[in-house]
Amino acid sequence: MTSARPKIDFDAKIPNNVDLAGDRKLQRALERWQPNFLDWWGDMGPAVDTKDVYLRTAVDVGRDGWAHFDHVPMNEYRWGVFLSEHDPDRTIAFGEHKGEPVWQEVPGEYRADLQRLIVIQGDTEPASVEQQRFLGATAPSLYDMRNLFQVNVEEGRHLWAMVYLLHAYFGRAGREEADQLLARNSGSDDSPRILGAFNEETPDWLSFYMFTYFTDRDGKYQLGTLKESGFDPLSRTCEFMLKEEAHHMFVGTTGIDRVVRRTAELMQTHDTDEVAGAGGIPLTMIQKYINFHYTVSLDLFGNESSTNAANYFTAGIKGRWQEERRDDDHRLADDAGHVDAFRDGQITRNEVPALLALNQDLRHEYINDCKTGLKRWNRILQKAGIDAELYLPHVGFNRQVGAFAGAHITPDGKVVSESDWKARKDAWLPTELDKTHVRSLMHPVLEPGKIASWIAPPSTGINDKPVDFEYVHFH
Amino acid sequence: MTVLDEPVNETVAPERVPHVDFDTSPDRYRHWRFTVDGETATVYLDVDEGGGLVPGYELKLNSYDLGVDIELHDLTQRLRFEYPQVRSIVLTSGKDSNFCAGANIRMLAGSSHPWKVNFCKFTNETRNGIEDMSAAGQTWIAALNGTAAGGGYEMALACERILLVDDRSSAVSLPEVPLLGVLPGTGGLTRVIDKRRVRKDRADVFATKSEGFGGRKAVEWKLVDEAVARREWDRVVAERAEELKGDRPADAQGIALSPLARTEADDAITYDHVRVTIDRGARTATLVVAVPEMTDDPAALHEQGAAHPLLAITRELDDAILRLRTNELEIGTWLILTEGAVEHALAADRLIADHQDDWLVAETTRFLKRTLKRLDVTSRSLIALIEPGSCFAGPFLELALACDRQYMLEGTFEEAEDATLPSGAEATEPATLVVTNAQFGTFPMGNGLSRLESRFYGESLDDVPRDTPLTGADADDAGLVTDAPDDIDWTDEIRILLEERASLSPDALTGMEANHRFVGPETMETRIFGRLTAWQNWIFVRPNASGPEGALRKYGTGRKADFDQKRV
Ligand SMILES: [Fe+2]
Ligand SMILES: [Fe+2]
Repeated sequence: MTSARPKIDFDAKIPNNVDLAGDRKLQRALERWQPNFLDWWGDMGPAVDTKDVYLRTAVDVGRDGWAHFDHVPMNEYRWGVFLSEHDPDRTIAFGEHKGEPVWQEVPGEYRADLQRLIVIQGDTEPASVEQQRFLGATAPSLYDMRNLFQVNVEEGRHLWAMVYLLHAYFGRAGREEADQLLARNSGSDDSPRILGAFNEETPDWLSFYMFTYFTDRDGKYQLGTLKESGFDPLSRTCEFMLKEEAHHMFVGTTGIDRVVRRTAELMQTHDTDEVAGAGGIPLTMIQKYINFHYTVSLDLFGNESSTNAANYFTAGIKGRWQEERRDDDHRLADDAGHVDAFRDGQITRNEVPALLALNQDLRHEYINDCKTGLKRWNRILQKAGIDAELYLPHVGFNRQVGAFAGAHITPDGKVVSESDWKARKDAWLPTELDKTHVRSLMHPVLEPGKIASWIAPPSTGINDKPVDFEYVHFH
Repeated sequence: MTVLDEPVNETVAPERVPHVDFDTSPDRYRHWRFTVDGETATVYLDVDEGGGLVPGYELKLNSYDLGVDIELHDLTQRLRFEYPQVRSIVLTSGKDSNFCAGANIRMLAGSSHPWKVNFCKFTNETRNGIEDMSAAGQTWIAALNGTAAGGGYEMALACERILLVDDRSSAVSLPEVPLLGVLPGTGGLTRVIDKRRVRKDRADVFATKSEGFGGRKAVEWKLVDEAVARREWDRVVAERAEELKGDRPADAQGIALSPLARTEADDAITYDHVRVTIDRGARTATLVVAVPEMTDDPAALHEQGAAHPLLAITRELDDAILRLRTNELEIGTWLILTEGAVEHALAADRLIADHQDDWLVAETTRFLKRTLKRLDVTSRSLIALIEPGSCFAGPFLELALACDRQYMLEGTFEEAEDATLPSGAEATEPATLVVTNAQFGTFPMGNGLSRLESRFYGESLDDVPRDTPLTGADADDAGLVTDAPDDIDWTDEIRILLEERASLSPDALTGMEANHRFVGPETMETRIFGRLTAWQNWIFVRPNASGPEGALRKYGTGRKADFDQKRV
């Protein structure tokens, strides 16, 4: 068969370690998909017009430098396809296939489940790009703008990674799903993104940092469980994605650091908690943003008790966080576990087979990880001599999914009436007024080395460059 | 089925379930003999008590097992092909005192569920074949010279006329429900009401009355056509055999059904034209039907006889289906391929289409029709792979249409590593298939529709492209295939499909496929293979029949079955 479409020079355009140049099937699939991706990037990607941006491009997976830094025009970014290095001796670590060699092809029996897992993960990647589309226009510094775009191109690359799996291993059905990943859009009425949290807008930079701290961290944990998968290409893909995800969470962690630091400075300078008038974000408002982003991210872990998760585990396609470090039989067929429950107006726990408690298990790991950020931020406050502390709200607070959906629980874990909860809600979650205030602070600062009023400067630059480096060039 | 007064023994242990062979010939029959006198054949059921297929039961009272049925099947084939001049066939018993006590109850009680199901299916197919013979001018007449109980009466029901000796003791009966807690499941219940038009209340009385009816009452209730006094018996039987002669060509010269050339290995069965290979890991069998060059001249068929490709392929395919069905229970998916020039298949198509007035062409066509029907009721997932080098055209396209799904390669295999045709064929031209007249009624299914009509049930067939080679894309457009992947997708699509299929419940697949395959009108045949068989198979697995206290197990022990009284 001949095709009228011009051939793409694959290895030059798409850095990869999957022998793209030698894989006709993949080439054909990508030839069709790549122009659609570029159209999508143009329509839904960063809306700010730049000349080039100092970006990291993944060019290899090797130990000595997998990333290459340079100023790149955004639309010439080279999205690549990388799998972490192949371990020929790897075996399945859990479930009923434990000990068997990992699969290099999709086992037909698990095709539908694996495809679903990949599609759900893949759907979140472009969603966050869409959610963050307009943020560049109000970046508090060139350094932050660069970080935003770095996150965006890497989420784009994560989409590529998932599309690679769909194209390479799932045949025609996979190609159709890959097309749908571009057809759904965050917040769209007709075809929204699959998961609720990815249809919320990211209207301001405080939300962006919160998103990269809390919601990208959900991504870290999902990828971590897929990294355990017996389907080796998925495992290797996710392992490599986790390296990039770490940077996204760094953006979130240090972003909130800097907001807290600036607020503390303003509190001391003006000797008041009410720093809004001084162009800052009050701690109470930061706490409300934490409350919101943390709780919607908790929802992403699904129901406490899940037969899907149990099936995925038994099948060997999705494991637990750090599966191999756990000292149990990795089959869990006869074990029991506990899940959170809400019964007769009481917060309680149910005993269930351990296999059914895997979502709770993962959420628990996530919660512990989230606490590290809170420690950091409270240390900043402490060093500044401020008494107040930030905290994570109770796991049952403001939940829409799982055992606590529909329950009315305060951030400190008390069960209250619906009317009571609603009456006090504005003290716990961002109000329109809060959001308006935060938005009012969002003015772009485009001069190298300068920073907006509501946030402290970063302590170091990117890739050993100074903070006042010209991270973004404009036309 | 039957009445025997011996205790039932344990379930037939797996090692005692034999590898079933369907080969036989009149000189090897243990249970049947037949004579041919001019245009009438007389077929005697004379079961060798010690000749059971499996040890552990005696075939008393002319009761039968699968081995007896295999011989009957062979016998019908002989009469069709070797004695085409025969116009009437009298079925009677070689014993003095009774006609047939039906399926052997100790055999049934001791058999595994799959064995029972396969046995009943094959029996049903042979019964339907008997009716097919009558329709083709070889009229079967049941001459019941003694009691016909259960399966014995069901055998008579497959005949066009039933004569019962009126000796004040011989009767016809269906004792399965009252004595065994199962159904007369090889057509009995259905034919009594559908074919013999017995009123439903009378059918209810009859099927719950273990001793049945004889004489005038049996005639009055239409259970038999005539009750004939002993002294009149021979004369009346001969008269009826004369009167009921069908329409056959006077000068028909039979052809010999020589033994099939077949080599068997652990994972392969190879015939002259049909090859079966089994992948036990994947639980698939690949059936390749290789169609050689042939002419469309019927003289060649007469000359070559059983060696003629069309007849040979049909015999081989029939045998392969029976063997896989009976002996390879865990091979759940069959891949069906063809190999050869489309022109070869079209020669067979012309032979069939243009020469139905030739008895041998017509007989071969009916044989192929019955073989295709075997596929329709086969409890395996059937997948047609239409690849370059194949010849799914005319009669051979029916093989693909009988499948649950059809995958056709669009284009050719471009890379050597992908070109692993299961057929092993090397082909440079894209696959094409051809719809011909053969898709429009030559090979009806059990529901009376062609497979094409069934596929497009309720839709017009006017737009189906006929007599023209269709590529994968064409066939996909015309709705003749499930999908037409190109070579890049082919290997993965097929692999994933097969693995996915292999992971599904075999029982659910059997039920699903049986439902999808038969759309539209019900016929006696679909009611037998659908309703009657499905109920029977359900009853077979219920404790009330097969449990330790069930009626099948307790029968003949002198103790009563202990029923779970809940109506379900
Ligand atoms: Fe990501
Ligand atoms: Fe991320």
